[in-house]
Amino acid sequence: MSDKPQSGPQIRVNRWRRFADWDERPLRLDKFAVEDAAAGFAAFSSPNDPKPGLEIADGKVKSMDGIAAADFDMIDIFIANHHLDLSVAEEAMAIPSPEIARMLVDMNVPRANLVRLAHGMTPAKLAQVVTELNALEIAFAYSKMRARHTPGNQGHVTNAKDDPLQLAADAATAVAFGFDEIETTMRVARNAWSNAIACAVGAAVGRWGTLFQCSSEEAEELQIGMAGFSSYAETVSVYGTERAFIDGDDTPWSKAFLSTAYASRGIKMRCTSGAGSELLMGFHESKSLLYLEARCLCLQRGMGVQGTQNGGIDGAPVTCTVPGGMRELMAENLLAVWLDLECASGNDARPTESEIRVGAKILPYLIAGSDFICSGFGSILKYDNSFNPSLLNGEEMEDFLVLQRDFEADGGLTPVGETEILELRSKAVRAIAAVLEELGLGQPTPEMMASVVAASGSEQTDSYMPRDVSFISEAIKARGINVIDVIRALARRGFGEAAQNLLNVVKLRVSGDYLQTSAIVRNGKIISAVNDPNEYLGPGTGYRLSAQRRKELVNIRDVLDRDEVLRSEARHGKTETRLIQYRGMGPAQPGTDPKEVVIGISPAFGLKIFRTLGGHPLSAILNALTSGIRAKGCRPRIVRLHHTADTSFLGLSAARLAGSGIGIGIQAKGTAVIHRRDRLPHHNLELFSNSPITKLEHYRRFGENAAAYALGETPEPVVVPTKGEAMGARFHAQVALIYAIETELTRDGAAPENVEISLAEAAQ
Amino acid sequence: MSEKKPLTRADYPLAEKRPDLVRTRRGKKLDDLTLVAIEAGEVVLEDLRITPEALRQQAEISTSAGRPTLGRNFDRAAELIDVPQDEILRIYELLRPGRAKSKDDLLAAAKLLRDTYGAGKMAAFIEEAAAVYERRGLFSARF
Repeated sequence: MSDKPQSGPQIRVNRWRRFADWDERPLRLDKFAVEDAAAGFAAFSSPNDPKPGLEIADGKVKSMDGIAAADFDMIDIFIANHHLDLSVAEEAMAIPSPEIARMLVDMNVPRANLVRLAHGMTPAKLAQVVTELNALEIAFAYSKMRARHTPGNQGHVTNAKDDPLQLAADAATAVAFGFDEIETTMRVARNAWSNAIACAVGAAVGRWGTLFQCSSEEAEELQIGMAGFSSYAETVSVYGTERAFIDGDDTPWSKAFLSTAYASRGIKMRCTSGAGSELLMGFHESKSLLYLEARCLCLQRGMGVQGTQNGGIDGAPVTCTVPGGMRELMAENLLAVWLDLECASGNDARPTESEIRVGAKILPYLIAGSDFICSGFGSILKYDNSFNPSLLNGEEMEDFLVLQRDFEADGGLTPVGETEILELRSKAVRAIAAVLEELGLGQPTPEMMASVVAASGSEQTDSYMPRDVSFISEAIKARGINVIDVIRALARRGFGEAAQNLLNVVKLRVSGDYLQTSAIVRNGKIISAVNDPNEYLGPGTGYRLSAQRRKELVNIRDVLDRDEVLRSEARHGKTETRLIQYRGMGPAQPGTDPKEVVIGISPAFGLKIFRTLGGHPLSAILNALTSGIRAKGCRPRIVRLHHTADTSFLGLSAARLAGSGIGIGIQAKGTAVIHRRDRLPHHNLELFSNSPITKLEHYRRFGENAAAYALGETPEPVVVPTKGEAMGARFHAQVALIYAIETELTRDGAAPENVEISLAEAAQ
Repeated sequence: MSEKKPLTRADYPLAEKRPDLVRTRRGKKLDDLTLVAIEAGEVVLEDLRITPEALRQQAEISTSAGRPTLGRNFDRAAELIDVPQDEILRIYELLRPGRAKSKDDLLAAAKLLRDTYGAGKMAAFIEEAAAVYERRGLFSARF
């Protein structure tokens, strides 16, 4: 029988207030969209997506994905002419998609076999295969299929003022943290040349080999590259529908020509694509995001570019509004590497205000590895990011460093100490100032330089403003200053190492080795998919942290060790000896006074450890407890227990010694119980388990309550209010180290000892 | 030329494995590109450019590594090295939608590349574009 709907009294409440709490969370700033394939809001499949298919006759494509050759749009034509390898197409298209999907996650099927098949597959077929995979399988397949063995990362270096001093300092900083590529852009377009020089110089301070790009208008970007300042480009966007392409003012042939032009200038280049761009441009043809991206990627392979920046770049935020959006972004990155393209795997434009969604988004990439985990990690603060904030930014860089340590996963970055960073920033600012002076472009004052070295972001600098920068930038351009001039200026002013580093980067273009797929520079040598290929074949193969690399990754700042804890305690011990003295008075016997409450202190209490995790001196704790007991007319007796350091047993043993049968057990770190002699060990009367937030007034009331129990009363238990702090995260390392000091002092069967304390006036 | 065995991934990176093959436009070796030489004015920007030979060698390496489309791009790029920057940008502009008034503009650009710069592969690529643009109506003026 069901309940009557209105039985019981009427309750007039119109909202569960948890929803109001949720309203206040950053997550609610994110907006989500209904799945609507007709409007282009479908991640993996749309009724309008074509079915995979390929007809070949006389060595020519007759139809592809259900479209006859006569009806091909220019993207279809390009893919049919330049991507499809007809020598494997029939074989590849005949294998059922679920079977290929299983090959992608089968560690026994070599990457090379799958790459070969992809070259004979149409966009709809490629999309259909990866749709078979769940998120975990996609991440695994990505790890297996990515082109280069060693993972890397790319960072943005920009600021809200286009200040060259800060760009140089931040470029040097980004290089020190390990970015393999850094990318800049401007607030004011005409400042491109100044940004280019500043980042090129900054990136040359420290180790050499970080590649640099200045994202700018197409023609200007190429000119900046030819002047030798930048070494790669990734602004060559392609789109998955013909109308989006034309609206973007290009065609596959114009973009292919541009990419060839970059190669002819010895500049590394990748394309940009990614879910959501066609949707944002309004020309999505009601196709799924994944299918359109599959077209983009086949195009890119056909164009002969070595790599791509995809994974929903500017389109990531809109993609993440759709069900399955984040999974789709991973799937399209997988398509890129399966097609054998270098992949700068998005994790770029910030798609959410929720830090949980940020962390969840990055994790699969961190543990899978990627040629560039982010195609723009904001190495600077969010407000300084002229591309718009990234998924991860300067604010969150340490979070990322810790994630690397947590998962023992190489995200391409390395922790750097404060002193080293400060020296590098200072050197970078002095180097760019020297170049500006030497080339007659500016004379930064020591005050400007100092403000930049110290600044976390441009709001803290007193340096160049965008207008000042435009004069510098236009002068560089007008005078035709090139990288040779900058190298000479550095050398003349005593920055020989930076000059050599900059020369080394420009020299890369002579042999063109860094034009090959997934090329970066590590330890002064080129590594790429050619000489450092990913050949994952299961556990024990593929990329693993070397002992040396692991040592670098785990070396985050401010880690506790036992010696540090002991040193810190020793410092507090000196103060405590002036406030309290403990005198051992021989073995403790059971008391008979019904008003006696025993305080059982732990072995190291006041001997090796001198304050609680809440920071209270143990003298003050004992003063609070004893005052509380006395305030209720009872008498405290202090007993040191030597056989245990466990709170429950400290309390129970104390209770058994007390004339009242009531005892308090307290550890040196401040954890305390009230116990009664007839209770089970873990069934105490009251417990303070969160010592870091337990205050002296709580300890005093704890003493009062213990006395109240002794008098047969039933007091209101003392509750220490918590705000839900992650106490374990904040204190457990310290707790474990401190507790070990306590347990080292315990002796089996050792008898309890009466202790007399004398408190100095200051402790009372 | 035709007798020579194509380079393979074993020759890569050229700067490390085959420095004997790497020369700048003006015939300098990688080891000649020093800071001292730059300060002395013996090394100029021209020496820090890629050469057609290097691009063709990289194309052979790409092809041997199973990346024929990348290799073809390098081969086309080798043909563009001597094409001046302004000409490159003019042809790029011409390839954008609606810039060329008819197929003839693109065919003229292809002829120029082939006749003046010996860029036969690049020219064929542009001729392909001309045919596609005509078929897809991309010569219509855009405002």
